[in-house]
Amino acid sequence: MSDAAESITRVHRAEWARVVAALTRRFGDLDIAEEAAAEAFAAAVERWPAEGVPPNPGGWLTTTASRKAIDRIRRENKRDDKHKEARMVYDDDPPEPVGAIDDDRLRLIFTCCHPALAPEARVALTLRLVAGLTVPEIARAFLVQEPAMGQRITRAKAKIKAARIPYRVPSAEDLPARVSGVLAVLYLVFNEGYLATGPGTDPVRPGLTAEAIRLARLIRALLPDDGEAAGLLALMLLTEARRTARVSAGGELVTLAEQDRGSWDAALIAEGHRLVRERLAAAAAGTPPGRYQILAAINAVHTSVRDARDTDWSQILALYDQLVRLDRSPIVALNRAVAVAELDGPEVALAAVDRLQDRLAGYHAFHAIRADLLRRLGDGHRSRAAYDKAIELAGNTAEVAYLTRRRDQLG
Amino acid sequence: MQYLVSVIDDKSDPGSTDRQPAISAFNDRLIAEGYWVFAGGLADTDTATVVDNRGEEAVFSDGPFVESKEYLAGVWVWEAPDLDVALRLAAEASEVCDRKIEVRPFR
Repeated sequence: MSDAAESITRVHRAEWARVVAALTRRFGDLDIAEEAAAEAFAAAVERWPAEGVPPNPGGWLTTTASRKAIDRIRRENKRDDKHKEARMVYDDDPPEPVGAIDDDRLRLIFTCCHPALAPEARVALTLRLVAGLTVPEIARAFLVQEPAMGQRITRAKAKIKAARIPYRVPSAEDLPARVSGVLAVLYLVFNEGYLATGPGTDPVRPGLTAEAIRLARLIRALLPDDGEAAGLLALMLLTEARRTARVSAGGELVTLAEQDRGSWDAALIAEGHRLVRERLAAAAAGTPPGRYQILAAINAVHTSVRDARDTDWSQILALYDQLVRLDRSPIVALNRAVAVAELDGPEVALAAVDRLQDRLAGYHAFHAIRADLLRRLGDGHRSRAAYDKAIELAGNTAEVAYLTRRRDQLG
Repeated sequence: MQYLVSVIDDKSDPGSTDRQPAISAFNDRLIAEGYWVFAGGLADTDTATVVDNRGEEAVFSDGPFVESKEYLAGVWVWEAPDLDVALRLAAEASEVCDRKIEVRPFR
């Protein structure tokens, strides 16, 4: 890659959201902002290789994009004055200080992750307007046809305009719920990258996990006092650190106990552990941790030993007990049972898992965990039936390969 | 910006019937705070008549135009600066009415 091309890629990563956010604030229209930002980056691709990278690339892009936006508005004004009415509501006084930086990007993120939009639209809008992925890239990542993905984004932008979803940081009263909505979007993006579903898909899509981490870092920088933002970033880092060890060369899932711990990413683990320690200190000072912080702590326990046999399961169980109090979901109870199996044996764990039958019968991991517990109890017949069910329900190709091998080893 | 706020009731799981005093108090507040444009409760769906005059002559028929488990029980029109304000009021309205609420902007 040439120097200019490399700079454009780097500047795109760093500046895209800032350019879109600044233009949205100025022109009150996401469409205009998105299109003008894209045109400005296209102009950079054309001109920087010949003219050199400008000293302040972000400033150059914002100025160029603003000019493009004004051109478009002038063009459209000749037709109608409608866009003036449709200007987004922008609140000049920040409602409450939410950390050190009052950044337009924060408004952009809150608008893209607004609860009045459908969850898949929030994900798509965030990846397009904040992360700067193209529509074809997002369509590919979610196995959706390009026109359908384009329409999903267009429809979401139209709703923002027509229903007047505001462009501002939510009021203090709404903020906790809205931040947790933003974090949920990022976690969704991360999980889709980490445990990709659908036959014929790569089992892991590192592009999506990388984008999710980049966005989580941004949120963490914008909301430095938010414990859950730190928790989610730590959770992502500690999960991402194990990515390459998680799928074998043959494309099969490798369980945590069997992974080559030497191939884990030590730098990501160190960063994740630092964040978890920071949150532990906050918890000790009286701020109770939320679910992402607890999940991150569980992952920190797993990643702090070189040998799976040294895992401190009683600490993991204590963390799950804490999580169960916050999150009554049967999936949390299911994962807790895995720790119970290590401490109290597979029989006790199986009883706990079986109690979840009604609520988790359609979830592949429920059957996979049951299959493993039954195998450990020597019940090959019922274990096989549970593996069959897990294989039928699993969407991830690496997981299917792993479960199939385990089933066939039952003999 | 004006929003149509629909109160949705459910035939198989109707909301409580003792909400009127609370709704009146909520309406007074909407008026005092400048959000209130219009409000009205609707009679039962069985009382509806459908009129179709797209053809040669007007045809009148009995009953709602669509039979469904969920139905419109009443409406408000609110004036609110943006959707966040409308949604916060709608969350209160849902609690006050003990029914689901739909918020839809006017064009």
